[in-house]
Amino acid sequence: MESIKNIISVKINGIDVSIEKGTTILEAARKINVRIPTLCHHEDLCVAGNCRVCVVEVEGAKNLTASCAAPCEQNMVIKTNTPKVRSARKDLIALLVSEHNTQCTTCYRSTNCELQALASEYNVDNNTYLSVLKSGLQVDRSSWSIEKDDSKCVRCQRCVRTCAELQHVNAITVAHKGKDMKISTFMDLPMNEVVCVNCGQCIIHCPTGALTERRYFDNIWEAIGDEKKHVVINTAPSVRVAIGEMLGYPPGAHVTGKMVAALKKIGFDSVLDTNYTADLTIVEEGTELLGRLKSKIKDEDDSVALPMITSCSPGWVKFIEHMYPEHLGHLSTCKSPQQMFGALAKTYYAEKIGVKPENIVSVAAMPCAAKKFEANRPEMKSSGYQDIDAGLTTREIGHMIKQAGIDFSEISDSDFDSIMGDSTGAAVIFGATGGVMEAALRTAYELITGRDVPFDRLNIEPVRGLEGIKHAAVKLENCLEAYSFLEGVELRVAVAHGLKNARIIMDQIKDGTSPYHFIEIMACPGGCIGGGGQPIPTNDKVRMERIKAIYQEDSDCKLRKSHENPEIKQIYDEFLKDGPLGHKSHKLLHTHYTKRNRY
Amino acid sequence: MQERLKRLDVILGIHPESPYQVMEKALKRAPKDIISDLIDSGLKGRGGAGFLTGLKWKFAAAAEGDEKFVVCNADEGEPGTFKDREILTIVPKKVLAGMGICAYVTGAKKGYIYLRGEYKYLVPHLEREIAEFHKNCFKLELDFNVEVFLGSGAYVCGEETALLNSMEGFRGEPRNKPPFPTNNGYLGKPTVVNNVETLVSAQVVSRIGVEEFKKLGIQDSHGSKLFSVSGDTPRPGIYDLEFGLSLDEFVREFGDGDTKAVQVGGASGFCVPRKKFQSTTIGFPGGLTGDSLPTGGSMMIFNSSRSMYNVLRNYLDFFEEESCGQCTPCRIGCQQLKVGIEAVKRGDKDPEYLQQLLKLTDTMKITAKCGLGQSVANSFSSIVDNFREEMIY
Repeated sequence: MESIKNIISVKINGIDVSIEKGTTILEAARKINVRIPTLCHHEDLCVAGNCRVCVVEVEGAKNLTASCAAPCEQNMVIKTNTPKVRSARKDLIALLVSEHNTQCTTCYRSTNCELQALASEYNVDNNTYLSVLKSGLQVDRSSWSIEKDDSKCVRCQRCVRTCAELQHVNAITVAHKGKDMKISTFMDLPMNEVVCVNCGQCIIHCPTGALTERRYFDNIWEAIGDEKKHVVINTAPSVRVAIGEMLGYPPGAHVTGKMVAALKKIGFDSVLDTNYTADLTIVEEGTELLGRLKSKIKDEDDSVALPMITSCSPGWVKFIEHMYPEHLGHLSTCKSPQQMFGALAKTYYAEKIGVKPENIVSVAAMPCAAKKFEANRPEMKSSGYQDIDAGLTTREIGHMIKQAGIDFSEISDSDFDSIMGDSTGAAVIFGATGGVMEAALRTAYELITGRDVPFDRLNIEPVRGLEGIKHAAVKLENCLEAYSFLEGVELRVAVAHGLKNARIIMDQIKDGTSPYHFIEIMACPGGCIGGGGQPIPTNDKVRMERIKAIYQEDSDCKLRKSHENPEIKQIYDEFLKDGPLGHKSHKLLHTHYTKRNRY
Repeated sequence: MQERLKRLDVILGIHPESPYQVMEKALKRAPKDIISDLIDSGLKGRGGAGFLTGLKWKFAAAAEGDEKFVVCNADEGEPGTFKDREILTIVPKKVLAGMGICAYVTGAKKGYIYLRGEYKYLVPHLEREIAEFHKNCFKLELDFNVEVFLGSGAYVCGEETALLNSMEGFRGEPRNKPPFPTNNGYLGKPTVVNNVETLVSAQVVSRIGVEEFKKLGIQDSHGSKLFSVSGDTPRPGIYDLEFGLSLDEFVREFGDGDTKAVQVGGASGFCVPRKKFQSTTIGFPGGLTGDSLPTGGSMMIFNSSRSMYNVLRNYLDFFEEESCGQCTPCRIGCQQLKVGIEAVKRGDKDPEYLQQLLKLTDTMKITAKCGLGQSVANSFSSIVDNFREEMIY
């Protein structure tokens, strides 16, 4: 009965709609496939109601109503497409255009820009109003990761809401008022000097080209054209399930083979798989976790920091450096798969193929903006050179494939090169939130007990999906002799994605109430598949499609446990001879962190 | 008619019954009776928007909430308005008594006076008054506590939801409505936000009763009103006048004999040219013949030496600064109106461009998020319509 009371009905464009109380007019309209244009609205974010493009006519109201912000009321009569509405919308779009840098032809977001699409849809004349674009605006290119161009900002505040609500970072916010109102940083400092963690979520939530990733593909083209250089690229698991969207495929399209083929066509000397170092990460990180558990439980050494937290996500790493610098001990010392790859590319790989490391240009194809910053961290030079020369986003890779004139739909599949091209299903799922945890449990449980992890077909469902914080517990029984100290222990793990959830996890650690042994944290909502370098739009529907594709890849794999990767066995036999966490691996595959301040 | 020009001293005067005695009397009545009296009195908000005060109190009283608040809006920022300052200086007890009655009616235990930053010098004076008020509350067993909250200077914070954001430590930006403050106000709790003079008038209704109150003013605009008279007048100042007087009467009393136009309601109000003085009544729009103009009390008089282009440009300067900047029509619209009339004046745009700008004010009126953006159109269209040639030549 309660639920019936909460159902109300409204009339939209003459059609009766029954919706739950509290539903906005915009949501109700979408239910019956009436599209109302929006700009400041984004499914991931709270309502703003500030662009006003979504205005509609509500019978009895003297003004138009912003449909994104107004809840439906019983018997409301709504019209979304009247002359009054269209004329007002067109005027609003013309106003936004008058404040905008309209050099669309040279804009990185051209053809993927929400303002451009609206202006075109409403046939807005650029000369309706005089230009009130501020003069002298400088593009902020101070950050390795993010480019901020205020001349293209529409003040929708999607970035501000993203940074505050989804990420709890608050690096960018609204400053000043009236005509001077703009999106700014603390004290108007450049982006590289503020708490920005480079996650790039602001980029994928920006409707225009005001926030974009720093592009480095021109440098890569130059290296590819240089015959002396040996250019290798490693591609992250989440890139393969999203790159299709850049090239006309629906979200979640299975295009791994095509992507590899295209990258080879582009001229990369070797197309390798970040999954390889993802598997390596699991072996190193799993060993580290078991070491910490042993020290804590067997040796009763209280100086060991538990829970241990993953360190694959560079946005998350910079977040903890800024926000919880006193708790850096909880981070695994493992480098991210990208940086492990870089360190090995200019050592192990260089040796293997007989190329001088100084001639290797090591590129990473990543779903991520923060990877650019990570590649340029001063400590990431353990090969003696900059380990990763450039981190490119999925979007940049898409652009390169287009620039190369490759017809992506016609190209046939190709396999990753070797060495460092083999991988397992455990590595593929790194791309989705919960994936690292699942991969780690598959390996750790087997190391400890000698048996498969006790979940149906190795699928650890409790850590999958888009819930902000997920938990699981595995009882360790009948442990192998070396791990008898873990007998009867319930291994408790948690998975968090989106930095607002990371904050909840960290506050528990701070308060000493964290019940976990091991935690996976990814900076971006959904994990890497929802990364700041992924195709735009990214929303929950798109995230779910990409996640589905990731788990499909995993279940299609013959090998689904990291420690079974033959090339991983090989590298410990041939190169990292003192084993996981040994001297050499310590030098190449592990790192340290920097305490940063909050400003 | 001449009667309406008499100083009434309803608001600022001293009466045999002290404000706290009025409050004591009110507190003996049932809250619902006070509300129905207020509604019957037809008292409308004195900040300028003119919402029925009794209705506002009724909504807040009916709203569910473990905590409720009364906020006195003393962020007097409308250009040409300076009456709240005088009220707070001369008769603060009436304001506090109004707040006390509102607290009693709604169940609020906490009240704030949101004081315009520039009125900081009033803080010690108000705090002394508040201390005395608290003693009276204690005597009357009214659990109600008032504090002064100092604004930071943004005009838009006079808008009630921007004011609440400002109090909560957020940017002074208007919120989406609904929800309205009476249900979801300060800290998300039911809140009555009333202008200083509104609270005094609510207290006046309690003092003199509905019938006496309704004798003042005209249909749909009852009571008296403080007017801040400024500009080209030999008698600038604050006047307690009845609603319903025509602008013609007003100008005969306050003009300098050379009055060209009167701006009623401040920069966000309407500019009335001489030829419309007789047909314009000051009051809330109702069933009267001719135009009825509401006003927060600002009456700016311009004589023939004034360029209405400069007057308008001055307003637009103000608005493009004082828009909060969040919504498209207000932020960009204000800038466009300003650069637009400048371009027409310079001859860079044809006079026809004024039509485009008038159309823009229509868009702003129906799409802006708050009253600020919606009312910029008032001064613009009334000046451009009535003094078109001054915009061009």
